[in-house]
Amino acid sequence: MRARTRAAIDSEAMETAAVEVTDLVKRYGATTAVDGLSFTAPRGAVTALLGPNGAGKTSTVEVCEGFRRADGGSVRVLGLDPAADAARLKPRVGVMPQSGGVPTGARAGEWLRLTASFHARPLSPDTLLERLGLTNASRTPFRRLSGGQQQRLSLAAAVIGRPELVFLDEPTAGLDPQARHATWELVAELRAAGVGVVLTTHHMEEAENLADRVVIIDRGRVVADGATGELTCDGHELRFEAREAVDTEALEAALPSGVRVEARPATAGRAAECAVARADGGEIGPEMLATVGTWCAANGVHPEGLRVQRRTLEDVFLELTGRDLRS
Amino acid sequence: MTETTARPALDFTPAPGAAPMARMVAAQAGMELRIMLRNGEQLLLTMVIPVLLLVGFSTVDVVELGDGPRVDFLTPGVLALAVMSTAFTGQAIGTGFERRYGVLKRLGATPLPRFGLLAAKTLAVLAVEAIQIAVLCSVALALGWDPQGGPAAFAYALLLVLLGTAAFSSLALLMAGTLRAEATLAAANLVYVVLLGLGGVLFDTGRFPGAAQTAVEALPITALAGGLRAVLADGAAPSLLPVAVLAVWAAAGAALAARFFRWE
Repeated sequence: MRARTRAAIDSEAMETAAVEVTDLVKRYGATTAVDGLSFTAPRGAVTALLGPNGAGKTSTVEVCEGFRRADGGSVRVLGLDPAADAARLKPRVGVMPQSGGVPTGARAGEWLRLTASFHARPLSPDTLLERLGLTNASRTPFRRLSGGQQQRLSLAAAVIGRPELVFLDEPTAGLDPQARHATWELVAELRAAGVGVVLTTHHMEEAENLADRVVIIDRGRVVADGATGELTCDGHELRFEAREAVDTEALEAALPSGVRVEARPATAGRAAECAVARADGGEIGPEMLATVGTWCAANGVHPEGLRVQRRTLEDVFLELTGRDLRS
Repeated sequence: MTETTARPALDFTPAPGAAPMARMVAAQAGMELRIMLRNGEQLLLTMVIPVLLLVGFSTVDVVELGDGPRVDFLTPGVLALAVMSTAFTGQAIGTGFERRYGVLKRLGATPLPRFGLLAAKTLAVLAVEAIQIAVLCSVALALGWDPQGGPAAFAYALLLVLLGTAAFSSLALLMAGTLRAEATLAAANLVYVVLLGLGGVLFDTGRFPGAAQTAVEALPITALAGGLRAVLADGAAPSLLPVAVLAVWAAAGAALAARFFRWE
């Protein structure tokens, strides 16, 4: 009986999402930062909120963390209300703010031991420091840590309590490539251990590499939401750069019908680029690659960086918003 | 580290849970205490200045301090100053910058509840005050301090110190929780200097003209310094007035802080 009840609770827990945001609205005075935003983040998976700065990512996460009150809509975290059930949620949810959050005079190791002491079954602070390359900085006050060390310490403090769910707000902002890689590895390990991760980023590669689901946010609204593969799967493209001018109409004529050729003019430091894609978003096969190669040979065009690829999240974002994600 | 070095194993499998409240508060109080004792500017305010005032004004005859030995008059005032510097000035500045740097917000995301954080801050302030009182009393005794009164007087003095701590702490949190950190830094130092000058720390407030004297005697620093001085220097019986003044400040400060404090 007891076991069945336990199983029932577990199955109920598995059915509720890690995070469920419905029609969320958040305003600051006259500014609407989040404007009817909805998404679901499953348990034990990595969900990336992707969007340019000022899109409303941090506001959304801060409502989920219980730091801010929603002006409209509803938010459930692990099936609970982040404001009303805050005391029950806090031990179960790890939080990494975008910056700061640590007293400037606290030493790295000291801060991590403090956060560990708030939890019943924490990870070993020393092991976590070693894992994130902070052992030598253990006695360094927070204000003397580099930006990357501060970020990693903040990440460590978010996961040390062995939470079920972590919110990471721009976890790799300002990190050098090695530190970014270490962070990505840690996120992958959290996911493998069954921890749900919701992270914000404005780096496409980060979302593509890490996330099971991507929620693209622009101006406080969701413009695309889906499994990472789904968002990018349709829309195969063949691309190449060329120093010579490419007659796109002539190339198009040489290709099967239903294939369009688009030229992207040269920009500073970049050669003109040609993109070949099926209008229906279908696959670009080897025959088409051969046709393009033959056409280039016949027309004296020297292609560089010739590649067949799926469209990137940036392409998806550009199509949906007409704006550059890197802004 | 080489490529072949094994990464330290970490088991991230979720096992959430809050630690017992006593452990959380003790850990947080320890952190607060270490940060306070490591902060040079705060130590100047809480230790160096009171000791210098005590030694300087006890040994050099620059202000008229009444009949008895100078150290007997000065020690209660400097003890009151020490309480104010830690509970009010130091705590206001420290908490103001913690708020500014998002520390209060970050701690709000941990299992440590807000009252646990306040309890930890209070414990740390009391610990620093215990060190201050031990140092100042040792210095005063070395200078020939001869405190009056028996156990009842000391119990009363302790009550005043605790009430003064409550009053100054609630005013510190009110300031830190409503003003910008830079404004808190400036205002807390200004209040410290003004109350040091006005509040009966180094000289008797009886010198002020009538109305001004009444106003000054309603200040928490004057109630604390005057109350301590009455029993420890003059051997007077404990009076209810300083207790009442400090209790009113503590209650008003706490009510306002609870109403207006912003965590970020």
